[in-house]
Amino acid sequence: MTRLGRYWIAVFLFGLLFPLRLEAKDSCVECHSALEGSLLTPTQAFSADVHQHRGFGCADCHGGDSSLDNPDAAMSPKRGFLGKIKRTEVPKLCARCHSDASLIHKFRPQQRVDQYAQYQTSVHGKRIAAGDASAANCVDCHSVHDIREVKDSRSPVHPLRLPETCARCHADPAHMAKYKLPTSQFEDYRKSVHWEALAQRGDLSAPSCASCHGNHGATPPQVSSVAAVCGTCHALVEDLYSKSPHQPVFAGMGLAGCVVCHGNHAVLRPSDALLAGPNAVCSQCHDESSAGGMAGAEMARGIAGLQAALKRSDDLLGVAKRSGMEVSEAFLRLQEGRESLIKARVAVHNFQIAFVNKPVSEGLTIASETHHAGEAAMRERRFRRVGLAFSLLTIAATIAGLSLAVRSLESKSQGAKPSHS
Amino acid sequence: MPQERRTLLRWLLGGGFTASVLSFLYPAIKFMDPPSVPEAATNEVSAGTVQSLKPNSGKIVKFGSRPALLIRVNETEWRAFSAICTHLNCTVQFQDSTRQIWCACHNGYYDLNGKVVSGPPPRPLEEYSVHIRGEDVVITRRV
Amino acid sequence: MSMRDTKRRINRWFEERLALDAIRQFVAHKTVPLHSATPWYYFGGVTLFLFVLQVLTGVLLLLYYRPTPSEAYESVQFIMTRVQFGWLVRSVHSWSANLMILSAFIHMFSVVFLHAYRKPRELTWLSGVVLLGLAMGFGFSGYLLPWNTVSYFATKVGTDMAASVPWIGPPLARFLRGGEEVGGATLTRFFGFHVAVLPGLATLLLILHLLLVQKLGISSPPKVEAEYGRKGTSIPQMPFFPNFFLRELMAWYAALGVLGSLAAIFPWELGDKADPFASAPAGIRPEWYFLAPFYTLKLLPSHVGFIEGELLGLLGFAVLVLGWVSLPFWGTNKQGIDRMHLVKGVAFALLAYLLTFSLLGYYR
Repeated sequence: MTRLGRYWIAVFLFGLLFPLRLEAKDSCVECHSALEGSLLTPTQAFSADVHQHRGFGCADCHGGDSSLDNPDAAMSPKRGFLGKIKRTEVPKLCARCHSDASLIHKFRPQQRVDQYAQYQTSVHGKRIAAGDASAANCVDCHSVHDIREVKDSRSPVHPLRLPETCARCHADPAHMAKYKLPTSQFEDYRKSVHWEALAQRGDLSAPSCASCHGNHGATPPQVSSVAAVCGTCHALVEDLYSKSPHQPVFAGMGLAGCVVCHGNHAVLRPSDALLAGPNAVCSQCHDESSAGGMAGAEMARGIAGLQAALKRSDDLLGVAKRSGMEVSEAFLRLQEGRESLIKARVAVHNFQIAFVNKPVSEGLTIASETHHAGEAAMRERRFRRVGLAFSLLTIAATIAGLSLAVRSLESKSQGAKPSHS
Repeated sequence: MPQERRTLLRWLLGGGFTASVLSFLYPAIKFMDPPSVPEAATNEVSAGTVQSLKPNSGKIVKFGSRPALLIRVNETEWRAFSAICTHLNCTVQFQDSTRQIWCACHNGYYDLNGKVVSGPPPRPLEEYSVHIRGEDVVITRRV
Repeated sequence: MSMRDTKRRINRWFEERLALDAIRQFVAHKTVPLHSATPWYYFGGVTLFLFVLQVLTGVLLLLYYRPTPSEAYESVQFIMTRVQFGWLVRSVHSWSANLMILSAFIHMFSVVFLHAYRKPRELTWLSGVVLLGLAMGFGFSGYLLPWNTVSYFATKVGTDMAASVPWIGPPLARFLRGGEEVGGATLTRFFGFHVAVLPGLATLLLILHLLLVQKLGISSPPKVEAEYGRKGTSIPQMPFFPNFFLRELMAWYAALGVLGSLAAIFPWELGDKADPFASAPAGIRPEWYFLAPFYTLKLLPSHVGFIEGELLGLLGFAVLVLGWVSLPFWGTNKQGIDRMHLVKGVAFALLAYLLTFSLLGYYR
């Protein structure tokens, strides 16, 4: 190898140490980072933006020529400069790329490209198309200049932050006044078990606004499809409901299945009080003496009976455990009994007694089994104490015998006790 | 010492002593006799015979203190997983129509590798090893 | 041939091979001083009895116990639930461990208050203190074996304290743990210590301790010596065999009754299986015989001047232990006069400290 050859190889290798990214010149950032206020903030925010990470710059959205230093030239409409994008124009602008499958799939092959199409079917999209600038556009939810991926917890559309984002408008009476829409949904939602799962347990699979209403194609579900919407997670319950006598009745009355009893936003933790008692939802329609009313009462009795039987077993096993008996297996079996209780409560949604009775009777079998185990444990406890009493008796007898032996030994010879060595 | 007292003493001491020694020896000897289930089964469990499960079906088996799901995929292939759903701890089941593992509580689905296919479960199911010993199906924890 | 003849022949057979007669003579002449404090003499025998009981129940437990993290807890659960009278053997073993250590402490303090450590019994005292240390070692190593949450974290806390000793601490902790963390290696080691090393050492020391007691006889407290010295008569004695021994048997039987009752009415709990990745449960504390030093260390501020608080505490304990072990040597002055008040004062102070801090450690 010639000396020159070695030299060039050295340069090449040296150059590998410094990946020279020939960054395109961006005059927008250069100028705007020297400005103030709202002209400055986009340049500061942009470093967090997913578009910046992929090599997009200001001009890719706002138009103009970012290779030119002269502001008039760079920001000339002749070079396609758009300036501040009008609110009603934003969706179309984003869609320019995000509906282009071949473009987007260069970056993420599996990414969806139908967001704009969906958006146009939504209430938001329709109002924007009608020129209403106060309806939500892409930027209102996804933010702008610092757009992050949905899975980034700082993104406004991350599952944990989505409800607040929707609430920014939907909980604002001033904003919603002209649409005559209620603004209690967010507050209601925050009372729900779904919010509890999301915010307190951090369960990202828990439903929030978009789970039921859709995100881009945001529309309230039709009354007839509410049950199907709930059924995406609560599949078994929805299946039972759709086969129940309530389904055709509610559908005929134009009532939204699940919502009638459980509410839509403030979905609270259900309890047996929904089924029977003064606040029972059944009594909203059913007379006490009617077939429906009596069926409901019987279901409630069955479930309450099972719960009581399980509690009896639990209490007995608890006493046995506290007196030191080993009853962990019985406790496990009792757990299965609790599963039967859950199954019985789920079975209610078929609104037929026979269907509820099956898990109830299974659960009662388990309750009686575990109760017997508890009784056996208590019998063992008694056996131990009887055994203890017997052995204590023999011990006492021996001690008494020893004491007598000592006494007889020492009274036998008077000198025996205090002997002098 | 009067004769009666001496006899009482002899009975009390001898009898008491013998009885007490017996009451100590009896449990000790019983203790040494191994119980009918000679092992504490937590790392290995016998899950029935090969015939007890048809191909493309599953059943719940107790594994230590937790439920396990045993699946016979076909004539020769067996799988076993922890049956506790990783979402909210419901007991999962085998769905022969979809050949997947389904959780009835919130419609979670796992494939036959235990991986989450759809629904809320955040983590895959822990997989166990299945061996056939003669006619018996044995599930062991993978160490 | 009559029963008596057979007995005589068996006796003679053994007599020709072992020095049975010498032993019999010795036992017949062994006596115990008789005075108001005589009852305290029982506690040595009770401790010995409980130790033998520990060995017996321990051997039984060995039939089923498995010393690995994946099986230890389950094997103890198995003993408690499936093995016939397993609950009894295990609970007796756990309760008796505590009773034995309590009895050992009582025995030790009674020796101090009765001044039985004086010449020529210094070696008896030394072997005894070492035996107490071994007993606490038994307690510490045995505590881990059920591999439940309490055992695991108590061992972690204990070995952490060992690690904070200057210089030898970290290698000592590594030796104890069998690694950097408490884990399967620790369990293996502790099992080895508990069933082989410590029993071996304890047996040797016990033999020494007991031989010394036989050789030197049982001491009488100075007050009694003085009283009979003034009278000019020797101290009244009770024959060890059978008088004292029958009484001792009563004490042993009473101990058995107490243990049986404890095992049946307050069985030793199983707890939950240890999870090394879980955080320590709130209020974790060692067994009662470690409570006083444990609580003292908790109270110490992180720094006293320029010395680390924990280090100061450990140094303090070291001084205390050394002082206590060397009691016979400073308990008597060079002229041979016993510093009785000093010893009584120190012993009382130590007892008060141990009681107070143990209670505080339990309730805080």
